[in-house]
Amino acid sequence: MATVTFNIWRGDHEGGKLEPYNTEISEGMVVLDAVHQIQAEHANDLAVRWNCKAGKCGSCSAEINGRPKLMCMTRMSDMPTDKPVKVEPMKAFPLIKDLVTDVSWNYRVKQKIKKFKPRPPDHEDGTWRMFQADIDRVQEFRKCIECFLCQDVCHVLREHQLHDTFIGPRQMVFNAALEMHPLDTEDRLKNLKEEGGIGFCNITKCCTTVCPESITITDNAIIPLKERVADRFYDPLKKLFRLFKKNEK
Amino acid sequence: MDRYEKYEHDVLIIGTGGAGLRAAIEASAAGVSVGVVCRSLLGKAHTVMAEGGVAASLANVDERDGWKVHFTDTMRGGQYLNNWRMAELHARESPDRVRELEAWGALFDRTKDGRILQRNFGGHKYPRLAHVGDRTGLEMIRTLQDHGIHQGLSIYQECTITALIKNEDRVIGAFAYDREKGKFKVFQAKSVVLSTGGMGRIYKITSNSWDCTGSGISLAYHAGAELIDMEFVQFHPTGMVWPPSVRGLLITEGVRGEGGVLRNSENSRFMFNDIPDLYRNQTSDNEDEGWRYTQGDREAKRPPELLTRDHVARCIVREVKEGRGSPHGGVFLDIAWIKDKIPNAAAHIKRKLPSMYHQFKELANIDITREPMEVGPTTHYIMGGIRVDADTQMTSINGLFAAGECAAGLHGANRLGGNSLSDLLVFGKRAGEYAAGFARENEMVQVQEHQVEELAAEALAPFEKGPENPFQIQGDLQVMMQDLVGIIRSESGLSKALEGIGKLWERAKNAGSGGNRSYNPGWHTALELKHMLTVAEAIARAAKERQESRGGHYREDYTGKSEAFGQVNITVRKQENGTMNVEQIPIKPIRDDLMQTIQEMK
Ligand SMILES: Cc1cc2nc3c(=O)[nH]c(=O)nc-3n(C[C@H](O)[C@H](O)[C@H](O)COP(=O)(O)OP(=O)(O)OC[C@H]3O[C@@H](n4cnc5c(N)ncnc54)[C@H](O)[C@@H]3O)c2cc1C
Ligand code: SF4
Ligand code: SF4
Ligand code: FES
Repeated sequence: MATVTFNIWRGDHEGGKLEPYNTEISEGMVVLDAVHQIQAEHANDLAVRWNCKAGKCGSCSAEINGRPKLMCMTRMSDMPTDKPVKVEPMKAFPLIKDLVTDVSWNYRVKQKIKKFKPRPPDHEDGTWRMFQADIDRVQEFRKCIECFLCQDVCHVLREHQLHDTFIGPRQMVFNAALEMHPLDTEDRLKNLKEEGGIGFCNITKCCTTVCPESITITDNAIIPLKERVADRFYDPLKKLFRLFKKNEK
Repeated sequence: MDRYEKYEHDVLIIGTGGAGLRAAIEASAAGVSVGVVCRSLLGKAHTVMAEGGVAASLANVDERDGWKVHFTDTMRGGQYLNNWRMAELHARESPDRVRELEAWGALFDRTKDGRILQRNFGGHKYPRLAHVGDRTGLEMIRTLQDHGIHQGLSIYQECTITALIKNEDRVIGAFAYDREKGKFKVFQAKSVVLSTGGMGRIYKITSNSWDCTGSGISLAYHAGAELIDMEFVQFHPTGMVWPPSVRGLLITEGVRGEGGVLRNSENSRFMFNDIPDLYRNQTSDNEDEGWRYTQGDREAKRPPELLTRDHVARCIVREVKEGRGSPHGGVFLDIAWIKDKIPNAAAHIKRKLPSMYHQFKELANIDITREPMEVGPTTHYIMGGIRVDADTQMTSINGLFAAGECAAGLHGANRLGGNSLSDLLVFGKRAGEYAAGFARENEMVQVQEHQVEELAAEALAPFEKGPENPFQIQGDLQVMMQDLVGIIRSESGLSKALEGIGKLWERAKNAGSGGNRSYNPGWHTALELKHMLTVAEAIARAAKERQESRGGHYREDYTGKSEAFGQVNITVRKQENGTMNVEQIPIKPIRDDLMQTIQEMK
């Protein structure tokens, strides 16, 4: 047991400050446990969002010592405790209160992405046949727990606040999951280029580094999408080639 | 009077786990207006945690499977206290419900010939669980969410229902506050669906998420609806026990399925010492045969570690009680030992159990390919809940429907793994369909101003009260339920629990919260105490009534099954004077053809 100081951000959109709290840390504790303990002992009204405490729901995103992380998967033993541990809300989204931010923008953006549109069933039993090798990549994208930590760390959103022109890495992953789904027949490339703002991503890979599900966001999702967009809209040779291909059919 | 916002929908759905989302999609497809309320963010409900899979007799892996086998397995697992009509509908309809998910974009793991892969699970005769690695719940909830948001639903996130509103014998709406500002909302609706999930959080050690306080069960109870089977709580035998902060976190049955064994501090495989007569023919009596079973030998019998969840959980408790436990009060679950049996065991374990490897590495600093895990039982699921009509999912109150874990009947005395996710789909759909039908046939009734005033006053009361700390009361309840209404129960323990719950009700009257109404967990917890105490009391009273041991309910003063109690379900209902009434009701005789099916499958 040791007493550790936590500097926790308290306040709302009108302002606030880091507030120091001391609490006892016992073996195996994660940051979320410490925050709960502080809430129960010192600050009943300390706002924090969480559901599963198992790294599965993506609710407890915050910035711990400046790093975007899930509070429930950050162990105290991996943290220097000789100085205060700083816990702050995500910065890319408007603050509601204390550690809780308004992430509704992510839901609004997602709603605008064209939905899954399967081809007609190709088997007499009314279903499809798909092979594991063809869905491995999409299954990787579908591991996403919508914690929005990648959105938080992406400089296009965080520093430049371009929420109106760039949908962010999470929604790129979502687009990729749809575009690479073996059954999907929809075309989202024009949307990715225009409303999606895929050109704003300059491949810094910060999003990939923070993803708690280890999704290779940049290499596996964004870059292939960029290539498809480039093929379609910027490569006259390929455009011509596609035309021929079409005629062959 | 505090200002409030008012919303009107034909159908109001409370909860957005698998059951609520499926209900919403169905109701909206029927052409009525649908409002959906959840107190967390969309896509974060407890369903997201489900691991193993969804049960449906697709017969993709073993062609001998079919709805009749699934039906029989479910009835046997529930020790024949199930609502047999629900078990029938569930077994017949779950394959279509799973295939439908695929049409909405779900990507289940595949068989070699490109169909949905299915895996073995306890109590299911054939490989039956469609799955995506060990994250099936995430796949399911995301598929329903991404499909649902295009169905024209009005979704209210982080909005908590505190009471249902009635007019005479019919439910006409619900009262809520939003989390962000603490503002009140009144939802007026022609019909209401409860899909609020389970109650694991009223116990200290649980695998359940924050949301699972049983609030929907309590909302229905206080509106006058009948509850049933409340004594049946499932304790999963293998939760983490160390470190304390992760106590209860689930360790999938898959670990034992892959050859993991249970040992006590004397290094003995204690499960061999206690094999119930009923299962003796199916269980191996030596370590070698058990190992061969886990490696797919169809001739071998299963190792005793894979006996039913309730039995394994009790054996673990006994080892600990008799002083043969592990250092932190559990027993050892060892998968590392298979290195004596197969080459490259470490890589094999990591491939088969990726999230278990990750979970122990990250949270306990334990490498399960080298050392044993410490495990103990954890509160997992409630078979009981709101009593519903099998076909329509309507409760005993007009216009009020329920589906998913908060509803009861399908699972009887014990649920089989995988049968919950399929339950959500089959009965979520039915609830949505019939709630929409009810809405079309009935007029909207106006919620009265005085009803709103009373509910608003009740909701604001914690700001006037004190000095009791709501978190402290909640913590005391959790400890007491764990000790006295847990895996092993007795008349004296249950009486003591009821006395204790009475005292906590008194303390809860003085539970107050500081701060203001904006995103205030202290306030929310104070309001939640009523629901947690209601559900706790219902469980304890029903458990006291059932003087036998069966499925998830074990009484050390009545260790055997009783024939008389095998004929009845126990119901709980609120009386006029506010007290809780417990009653035994006879089970309806099973339809002849279903009885015959059960006989044939024996
Ligand atoms: C770790 C774990 C693994 C599991 N694995 C499996 C498995 O492999 N297979 C299987 O079949 N089952 C499994 N289960 C069980 C299964 O996951 C649950 O029974 C099921 O998900 C419950 O779904 P639901 O839709 O009924 O409710 P939930 O998913 O719990 O959703 C409840 C919803 O109600 C809302 N809510 C609650 N109260 C209120 C209120 N007062 N006001 C407003 N909204 C409210 C919540 O916000 C939430 O949206 C598992 C359970 C656990 C804990
Ligand atoms: S790689 Fe692109 S999306 Fe990811 S953080 Fe960098 S700029 Fe943002
Ligand atoms: S892609 Fe990764 S970091 Fe981004 S929201 Fe999904 S899980 Fe979180
Ligand atoms: S609480 Fe669910 S991810 Fe942390």
